[in-house]
Amino acid sequence: MQLALSEEQEMLRTMARDFLSDKLPKTAVKEIEESEAGYSPELWKEMAGLGWMGLAFPEKYGGSDMSFLDLAILLEEMGRACLPGPYFSSVVLSGFTILDIGSEEQKAEHLPKIASGEKIFTLALTEASASYDADGIETKASAEGDNYTISGTKLFVPDANVADYMLVVAKTDKGFNIFIVDAKSAGINHTVLKTIAEDKLCEVVFDKVKVPKANILGEPDKGWAEVEKIIQRGAVAKCCEMVGCIQQALDMTVEYAKDRKQYGRPIGSFQVIQHYCADMATDVDGTRLSAYKVAWMLSEGLPCTQEVAIAKAWAGEACQRVMALAHQIHGAIGVTIDHDLQYYTRRAKAAEVSFGDASFYREVVAKEMGL
Amino acid sequence: MDFRLSEEQEKFRQEIRDFLEGEIKQGLWEPSCDAWIMGHDPEFTKRVAQKGWIGLTWPKEYGGQGRSYIDRLILTEEMLRYGAPAACHWFADRQIGGAIVHYGTDEQKKELLPMILRGEAYVGLGMSEPDAGSDLASLKTKATEDGDEFIIDGQKTWTSGGSHMNWIYLVARTDPEAPKHRGISEFFFRTDLPGINVVPIADITGGEHFNEVFFENVHIPKTSLIGERNKGFYQILNQLDYERSGMERLMANYPLFEALIQYTKETKRHGKPLSQDPLIRAKLAQLKVELEIGRLHMYRVAMVMDEGRAPNWESSMSKAYGTAFEQRLAGAAIEITGLYGQLSPQSKLAPIKGMAYHSYLSSKGYSLQAGSSEVLKNILALRKLELPTE
Repeated sequence: MQLALSEEQEMLRTMARDFLSDKLPKTAVKEIEESEAGYSPELWKEMAGLGWMGLAFPEKYGGSDMSFLDLAILLEEMGRACLPGPYFSSVVLSGFTILDIGSEEQKAEHLPKIASGEKIFTLALTEASASYDADGIETKASAEGDNYTISGTKLFVPDANVADYMLVVAKTDKGFNIFIVDAKSAGINHTVLKTIAEDKLCEVVFDKVKVPKANILGEPDKGWAEVEKIIQRGAVAKCCEMVGCIQQALDMTVEYAKDRKQYGRPIGSFQVIQHYCADMATDVDGTRLSAYKVAWMLSEGLPCTQEVAIAKAWAGEACQRVMALAHQIHGAIGVTIDHDLQYYTRRAKAAEVSFGDASFYREVVAKEMGL
Repeated sequence: MDFRLSEEQEKFRQEIRDFLEGEIKQGLWEPSCDAWIMGHDPEFTKRVAQKGWIGLTWPKEYGGQGRSYIDRLILTEEMLRYGAPAACHWFADRQIGGAIVHYGTDEQKKELLPMILRGEAYVGLGMSEPDAGSDLASLKTKATEDGDEFIIDGQKTWTSGGSHMNWIYLVARTDPEAPKHRGISEFFFRTDLPGINVVPIADITGGEHFNEVFFENVHIPKTSLIGERNKGFYQILNQLDYERSGMERLMANYPLFEALIQYTKETKRHGKPLSQDPLIRAKLAQLKVELEIGRLHMYRVAMVMDEGRAPNWESSMSKAYGTAFEQRLAGAAIEITGLYGQLSPQSKLAPIKGMAYHSYLSSKGYSLQAGSSEVLKNILALRKLELPTE
């Protein structure tokens, strides 16, 4: 058992932090948030050039053969920088799914394009039920000859406005399928939703969209088992982003507490503020330790249902506590739109409900405890 | 980064479990909360010593096993999981032995360490005084040099382990003229000397694990001084990092958690087991989440120590976190057992052996001993976050 990162991992962290702080000041985040696309194609190309999209894919698919744990480091830095855009959708939600259950043909066709950043993928899973459970899925896929016809409405689909392909989860007569769907197919319409994190979640309507049978990802009708893995991977990756998010919020808050003077002394010299900061640090470290533990477990291919549930249940609520104190210590300046803190506040709240909130995972933990 | 325990460590854990389960099966003791500090069982301590499980991390040249802090954490974690009566050797093993290894002379090591390893040193911790609690450096107990001896005069209070001790670790003032942090020294000596008077203090549960200890003209040999004269306060700071580091700060009342889970499975309300009530499920699951986050904090501390560093803020973080958890667990146990939760262990109607009642009361002291949570948060703010003092 040891906590230290390898030299290579430390280099990756330094490189990512330097790159993102250079390329992505909050003025740039704001610009991207306000843009229609919700990402910067230039930055996207540069990230691809650094090998970030294919980081954890095998070399033969254009990747760098690194691990999910290495990816965790990158995700933490993205969380710290508030990186907007489809990295999470394309790489974490889609790329890994194709890698996990795609046919050799599908992997060879799509992974190199994800790795190079040439194509953007996303996942169309959740619906009006806003649930991560199988019974929340109504979208239907009916077999007709060599095709399936997909009809239904997906909600909270990230980055559908810029995606080239979507992994669509739909009900069949006998179970669930995951389809690789060309986003330009006839019958697909999207509307961008205005969200707290300004992150281009979309409503996507599938109106009799024809998809060849060959585009089924994984075993026909057995798709839900993989969906659970996607949710798990999404939750772990989200936890890693959240670590970056609240670490940065803590760092900013401590700096502010050292600088800001009232009653003739830095407010950080008052024990009330010190204890708030200590509580924040404890929450941040608990989130970090549990997030990295599950990232490591995924990397090692270890079963981790309970551990992931614990990590995400913890992270969701810890983030809220940290952000509440960050605001309390920052005072009024922190609730202005021009202050950087609000980027973290908005993202932390969105992250709490993404891929399962604490209530969802407490029930998972309860089951794992044999209750 | 690697969260895996080695095969050897997994085996070690199993060996400890087998040993403890065997002890329980033979009826040698019953698992209970707070047994690490309240469960004085000299025979158990002897059997643990025979296994070589005292001084696990000490260097081999001093009779230890030279094993890692993770190994020791596994050992203490299992002791706590089974609520084993380890109080006789706990302090000596946790911090006093280490302090002697670190600061002791060769003679002290030769004389004292084997005694601890045999499980024969029941140590009391003589730190707090009536006017020196969190502000330990204000202590007044005096150690005056007199030929080959020191003479101790003064009073200690909240002395953990005082009722059963045969040795005491004492901090006393050796230079009344020096600034208060710089005139303190550490001593370790037998408690059967004339002039020592131990008066138990009943705690909120009625138990007697801490005491007042009075010293009146107590002559101790000069060789009782541990480490450097007048540097005691700085030695103590380092020892406290270790004192705070342990799993007892998270799992002191673990037997209650297991019993509570079992209770909810066996107890019906409205015709259904409590464990199927969504609110109870959520409450227990949240405790499990918090316990596991706490375990990660504890393992982090051990990893830091295995890197050769003192856990100089990590153990403050883990202790403040862990004791707050233990208190929430105890509170939840009374809520979940409902009206029955208020019954004392002596009541024939008390569920889960009255552990909820006992633990709820005893856990109030957890966030005070070995550094109040407030002191620990000060440490975090100053040492880790480097916030200013003025």
